[in-house]
Amino acid sequence: MARIEALTGNESAARGAALCRPDIIAAYPITPQSSVVENLARMRANGEIDAEMVEVESEHSAMSVVQGAALAGARTFTATSAQGLALMYEPYFRMSTLRLPMVMALAGREMTSPETIWGGQQDSISVREAGWIQFYVEDNQEILDIIIQGYKVAENEQVLLPVNVCYDGFYLSHLIERVEIPDQELVDQFLPPRRAEHVILDPQRPMAVDPMTPGHLLMKYRRDHLEAMQAALAVIDAVDAEFGRFFGRRYGGTIETYRLDDAEVALITIGSTTGAGKEAVDHCRAQGKKVGLIKVRVLRPFPEQRIRQALRNVRAFGVIDRSVSFGWNTGALYQEVLAALGRSGWALPSISFIGGLGGADITLDHMLAAAEQVLALAENPRYDSPTIWLD
Amino acid sequence: MLEVRLHGRGGQGLVKAAHIIVKAAVEKGKYATFIPFFGVERKGSPVYGFLRLDDKPIRLKTQVYNPDCLVVFDDTLLEEVEVFEGIKDNAVLLLNTNRMLSELALPAEVATVGLVNATDIALQQLGRNIPNTTLLGAFCRVTGWIDLDIVQKLVAAEFGPENAAACAAGYAATTLVQVR
Repeated sequence: MARIEALTGNESAARGAALCRPDIIAAYPITPQSSVVENLARMRANGEIDAEMVEVESEHSAMSVVQGAALAGARTFTATSAQGLALMYEPYFRMSTLRLPMVMALAGREMTSPETIWGGQQDSISVREAGWIQFYVEDNQEILDIIIQGYKVAENEQVLLPVNVCYDGFYLSHLIERVEIPDQELVDQFLPPRRAEHVILDPQRPMAVDPMTPGHLLMKYRRDHLEAMQAALAVIDAVDAEFGRFFGRRYGGTIETYRLDDAEVALITIGSTTGAGKEAVDHCRAQGKKVGLIKVRVLRPFPEQRIRQALRNVRAFGVIDRSVSFGWNTGALYQEVLAALGRSGWALPSISFIGGLGGADITLDHMLAAAEQVLALAENPRYDSPTIWLD
Repeated sequence: MLEVRLHGRGGQGLVKAAHIIVKAAVEKGKYATFIPFFGVERKGSPVYGFLRLDDKPIRLKTQVYNPDCLVVFDDTLLEEVEVFEGIKDNAVLLLNTNRMLSELALPAEVATVGLVNATDIALQQLGRNIPNTTLLGAFCRVTGWIDLDIVQKLVAAEFGPENAAACAAGYAATTLVQVR
């Protein structure tokens, strides 16, 4: 029987990772992720997990250690935030371009400067072109469940890519709530041990890995990587469906839609702010205003077709970003959605909303105001709406 | 949904107390969430946190702006922090204080007041000024939203029998006043 416990987001990440029976864990503590590492170390000390835990002196070393282990066929786990991710960037990029599957929890934190330790998604958003799959989750149950799903996606032979499970710092990492912890036996059935069939480091069979590669070959690697990313879209949806059959919980795969069927306008959210968005939709619906919501669950690969499909009947939309695109004077997710529409020669009136940076809150009132702005836009369509800051 | 804002100082055990409340609600099959908000983590600086209780899943992962209840771990905060900001009408206040009700300037929205000298009880029971477990007992008494027996059991398991005794003493010693 699954157990019900009250867990913080970081505890949910640690428990989720433990259920996946990693062989090697290496992580360096950083706010707001620290208690992920503390919890795993405690579980290791208590004998609750038999993973080898390697103490490292930095995030760069953490990723390097798990990279070597993954090359030797191990299932590995790490976790970080913001400046830690920045320090990790060099082996982080190599992890995906070596096509090594793993799961890394990312407790989202604003990037400095100005100096901050609080939440935001600028850290993970800024590495969206580093070749990793990126999930963004809404609550603690989803953190735990998607770490389990994440390994299944990452290790799929059509994918073979590392996965980030991104959850908002403090608003989830430090939030405590009811979480259902699945049975170890059931997780073992859902997620058998990793079977690495390609390059496996073995002292008995010495080999060189990753030699200097000329451009024409490197281009082939990149093309394969992009194709694997596209293949991951269907794998993510299929793994979610299978997870539902095993554990009774489904999340919708790459996107989730909420009260969207007859909606005239849509709010598009990412991460923990989705809950306030759904509450705002319910408020609007109670007043007869046809507002729906799209939760983007996977940013990389971007679910281009499903986003277009979801928006096909709305007259306007607004995207609520917890990060910025420095090059566009908008939120980052907003540009992704525009690209998905534009690629099919389609445009809709839309607004980019930016909020929740550096630990700031995205409140129900913000969401209600955003819904009103998008409803007004649908009545007076234009394609040059200025970015609105939720402050 | 019931919303609670807790105000305290670093080192008073506010976060641990809130975790016990969430665990007690979850054990009863109910839903609860708590988000702590620190400034910079250090002893004595004002800290606060946001608690929600409901019979159904709680989707809002935001701060609490219009609390049904305030829990104030230290009455010196009343003069230092905007403790009462945004409280709902008919709000409940639980205050750790050695002052009398007549010595407090409370806003008109406050309807129910629980007063307890949790600092004294903690010093007696634990020998340390950590009022959180005493205030947990008082919270059960003032709100009736969670069960004292579950809370005491959780406190005993996590913090030992002295704290469970402090919890019971907090329940018993709380003065409950209906101010309107």
